[in-house]
Amino acid sequence: MKRRAFLAGIAGALAVPALPGSACAQVNPLDPNIRAVTKGAPVRPGKVRLELPQLADNGNSVPMKVSVESPMTEADHVRSIHLFSERNPVPRMASFHLGPRAGRAEVSSRVRLAGSQRVTAVAELSDGSFWSDSAHVQVTLSACMDES
Amino acid sequence: MVARVQIPQQAKRGEVIEVRIVIQHSMETGFRHDDVGRLIKRNVINVLSCRYNGAEVFRADLSSGIAANPYLQFYTVADSSGEFEFSWVDDEGARGSERRSIAVSG
Amino acid sequence: MKPVLWLVAAAFAGSAHAQGRAIALDQVRSGSTFLSKDLREMQQDDLANPAMLWAENGAKLWREPAGRDGRSCASCHQDAETSMRGVATRYPRVDSASGILLNLEARINRCRTEHMAAAPLRYESNELLSLTVHVARQSRGMPLEVAIGGPARAHFEAGRAYYYQRHGQMNLSCAHCHEANWNKRLYSEAITQGQPNAYPAYRLEWQTLGSLQRRLRACLSGIRAEMLPYGSPEYHDLELFLAWRAQGLPVEAPGVRR
Repeated sequence: MKRRAFLAGIAGALAVPALPGSACAQVNPLDPNIRAVTKGAPVRPGKVRLELPQLADNGNSVPMKVSVESPMTEADHVRSIHLFSERNPVPRMASFHLGPRAGRAEVSSRVRLAGSQRVTAVAELSDGSFWSDSAHVQVTLSACMDES
Repeated sequence: MVARVQIPQQAKRGEVIEVRIVIQHSMETGFRHDDVGRLIKRNVINVLSCRYNGAEVFRADLSSGIAANPYLQFYTVADSSGEFEFSWVDDEGARGSERRSIAVSG
Repeated sequence: MKPVLWLVAAAFAGSAHAQGRAIALDQVRSGSTFLSKDLREMQQDDLANPAMLWAENGAKLWREPAGRDGRSCASCHQDAETSMRGVATRYPRVDSASGILLNLEARINRCRTEHMAAAPLRYESNELLSLTVHVARQSRGMPLEVAIGGPARAHFEAGRAYYYQRHGQMNLSCAHCHEANWNKRLYSEAITQGQPNAYPAYRLEWQTLGSLQRRLRACLSGIRAEMLPYGSPEYHDLELFLAWRAQGLPVEAPGVRR
């Protein structure tokens, strides 16, 4: 094999395939906050959809919706959904415990974000597998100081 | 604690219903200071539980990362007439609860 | 002449005709028209709107006896849904009995001290916020229309003068932002016209419900001016001017703002 073709072949083999959408933010399974929930099990991107605005009106209250594709039957359902912040002083934001009686694996709330950051949702399914999604939110400070 | 709940008053058996609740609570983070520089102690609602005819159908473990006057929207399957009971506790041990009835047909 | 001074001159020139509006009536816009879709929806959704927690508490307090004689608001006013309908559109207003300019909070406190032998409530207290927003809510959707003639005239003029006066370390008047630069951006935020129609409002920045006077104090702190104490006559006069300036805008209380 000619040298140039060989080097091109190596480069091709090393090329990383493009990851879909927000899943480019792979969850680090060794992160102690994540690990406390998963006990070291792998976390795969997918099945979960985390919705947050791209630009928050105010970091004190940011609307959040998280949903997981699941038939929500006794045999196949979402046990819980955990929310993690990469920048808040308390990284584990909330855990929502569902189960087959939920009917629909979807929870909405309002979160606090201490600055622009990525928020990650990790769902635990009844088969013990973990799935995730993440979203990035820009959080700016108020234009005027308010000491009222 | 003042709280507002929205659930349908009636539903068909097997129907997935939407449940919404908002609770008046400052969810004090423990990271703020008062006007003379003293740290304001953390006090958040740390757990909210929803029981339907006695069985827990939803539970949320919350932290300071949830906004003040916490709002939660979730779903549950209507299976029989009866009562929903929402209960929550904050870090200082203060408790709150709300009850709503539901009529399930079919 | 600088644009802001032109506005000031126009405003005073028109005073003889009681018009001279820097923002014409067909151009007045509520703060909600500058909000994101998320916040507009939050304001309209009674369950999602956190301010409704105070409104619900206000409905309860309305019926609770207070003071020496054990009377409640309902003792005289019965159902607020009927008796308070339209009231918030007319405030601030000069009380005919005392000749004092009262805003809604002061009116509620005056009722308590004069007719219930009850102690007045503090500004920004849970109770006063709850009662004020409960009363204001009964006018939701109705247009603001305050009287500025007769005994109100002097208060209106004082409020207008305060509005166009420079204040604080930044040496800015209200007009600099809210008349000369509304619809432009300050950092990442849109500058509104500074209309009062949604107050009392739940402000995300405060993480709680607050009065119009709190919002005025917030603006003063923003331009590094001294915040006058709650209940100062300057605020009442300014509230009257602001309500006149917002003529026709619908009451949106309980409001939601950033």
